[in-house]
Amino acid sequence: MTMVVEIMVCALVLLGAAFVLIGSWALVRLPSTMERLHGPTKATTLGLGSLLVASVFYFQGRLGVWTAHELLIALFLFITAPISANMIAKVHLHRVRIGAFEEPDTKAGAPPRPPGEGDWATFEAPTRNTQASTANT
Amino acid sequence: MITLTLQIALGCVALALLFNGWRLLKGPALGDRIVALDTMVINAIALIILIGMIGESDAYFEAALLLAMVGFVSTIAYCKFILRGDIVE
Repeated sequence: MTMVVEIMVCALVLLGAAFVLIGSWALVRLPSTMERLHGPTKATTLGLGSLLVASVFYFQGRLGVWTAHELLIALFLFITAPISANMIAKVHLHRVRIGAFEEPDTKAGAPPRPPGEGDWATFEAPTRNTQASTANT
Repeated sequence: MITLTLQIALGCVALALLFNGWRLLKGPALGDRIVALDTMVINAIALIILIGMIGESDAYFEAALLLAMVGFVSTIAYCKFILRGDIVE
């Protein structure tokens, strides 16, 4: 492995590990659930992407072959991370709305209600006349 | 140099897993626990990739890819179960 590749791999691995650690530290440190969603879904996924790119260059340097399956993992994670974050936010809004969980009195406060007469679409569509809504049936 | 870097990275990821475990145990909201589990899966993928780099083996990527898929599906299934009381409607 040449020196340039080695330095690049080291930098990418350290950057990725730092992002993964910061994302998990955000999960411990931030005060409310909605804020705690930010760290893992953004920083950790980005850090893992950096680790995967480092792995591509590492195996190119060691074995002399370009591999793409790491990029497949990165692509899959970058597609799925926002979807899971959206679902988790929906779960939290739903639990707060049905009264199963009391939002603590933090600086950010409780999640705001949407404008208009509707509500967040967690269990049903936001309003009764939403197109293709199960609330109408 | 690269051995030391990989060891430092392994330590970082292990510490991150400990943080996630703490949040998983503490809660307080159900959403926190789901986030902690989801992040644990992502950190486990990072750990697998680092182990693959240390062992210079190509065989770990299938495990990482499978774990990414199973982690996503389990998070969505958990959320769906809390939201609707049912996973496949």
